[in-house]
Amino acid sequence: MITLSAVDLSLAAGLVLAMAALSWRMQLGLSGQLLIAGTRTVVQLLLIGLVLKALFANVDLLWVTGISLVMLLAAGREVMARQQRRFTGWWGFGMGTGAMFISSFAITVLALTTMVATDPWYDPQYAVPLLGMLLGNTMSGIALALDRLTTTAWQQRAIIEQRLMLGAARLDAIAEIRREAMRSGMMPIINSMAAAGLVSLPGMMTGQILAGSPPLEAVKYQILIMFLISAGTGFGVTAALWLASKRLFDDRDRLRLDKLSGPRR
Amino acid sequence: MVELERSYMSSLNVIDLRTHERGPYSLSIAPGECVSLRGDSGSGKSLLLRAIADLDPHEGQVLLDNMPVTQFTAPQWRKRVALLPAESQWWQDEVGAHFPTEECPWFEPLGFGTETMRWQVSRLSSGEKQRLALARILMNKPRVLLLDEPTASLDANNVITVERLIDEYRHTTDAAVLWVSHDAQQATRVGNRHLQLTTKGIREDLA
Repeated sequence: MITLSAVDLSLAAGLVLAMAALSWRMQLGLSGQLLIAGTRTVVQLLLIGLVLKALFANVDLLWVTGISLVMLLAAGREVMARQQRRFTGWWGFGMGTGAMFISSFAITVLALTTMVATDPWYDPQYAVPLLGMLLGNTMSGIALALDRLTTTAWQQRAIIEQRLMLGAARLDAIAEIRREAMRSGMMPIINSMAAAGLVSLPGMMTGQILAGSPPLEAVKYQILIMFLISAGTGFGVTAALWLASKRLFDDRDRLRLDKLSGPRR
Repeated sequence: MVELERSYMSSLNVIDLRTHERGPYSLSIAPGECVSLRGDSGSGKSLLLRAIADLDPHEGQVLLDNMPVTQFTAPQWRKRVALLPAESQWWQDEVGAHFPTEECPWFEPLGFGTETMRWQVSRLSSGEKQRLALARILMNKPRVLLLDEPTASLDANNVITVERLIDEYRHTTDAAVLWVSHDAQQATRVGNRHLQLTTKGIREDLA
């Protein structure tokens, strides 16, 4: 494997600086954001690199659990931040976080104990990247699906209530909206499975190949990851939508949009 | 015209109902009785109907044949205590997709035919929507009808048609009807009794 030197990275950073200068000249208003995001990348990735280095040196279930929880909470916060109208109170955070916990954690543990079969099963070299990829994708799916569900319910309030007036139960009254939300949550992973290898080389596979793995070994890992991600996203989105759909109504099947916050500016 | 089973004796009782910081409201409607409800705009007529249909949180009691609302599941209640809102909603492309069966016994008396089921919702006039919404809610054979300005967008002929149909439904099924109307003449025409909604509550309107 060819290791990168500080000079190599500085050259790449120079490209970002050049783009920022161009944006400043063209008054796109992007240069600030671009520089801040670039700096964040450097700092965050260096930090996680150090954390992973320490983690790999001391294989300990407690440490792996700790970092997993930090990743989960960060993903939960991200899901909440991406909602136009989020559920008020604890639910706004708990709904997405809970759904990610049961799907991503269960599937990661299953993969580690059966498919990848590392020893010990929580070996951080496998556990942390695997969980990270699952959480990242499940997070996007859940955020999209929840946002779709709540904004559509808000827009179609009159229709949902009309159906309730005609005697529909709550889950029947939003069945179509739920289905649409499910589709928008699952679309990204379905698309990337369909396009894998044709349109794009998936990032993880590319990384393994760059690191010197035989291409077919990298491909097998990528297939495994894609399958895990699609199952994890599917279960996670299903769970989140189930919780959210129930939460949009009360026990008398009344539509309770007062449980949602106002639109985010 | 339409054959209907004579259902159980309906009667609606509302006791000290409070909703959206309004009320308390109390009223009762005997089986087969039609009561008109008037009130200034903003006095909360629609909110009162929504609370009776259990669409909004409320305090106080609502009873159907002396059975409190909590004895029913919410869908059961709303099929029996049916709210016809001022503006109906349609979410499918064709009219027929909003009806549980392919035949609707209320189409003919309302001036529609079997082909109406295949009409596109997007091409309905507001008057057609209003009459079709009445036909749709009657498919549930409700025992209480809560009507929110049910003839607001109808021409004079259709107003008479709808008034006759509701009258007939009420007499054949002993349903109780609460009819919100802005039109004093209509209220006198259709109602056995007349109620006035104020911010303080409901009072009998003897005028």
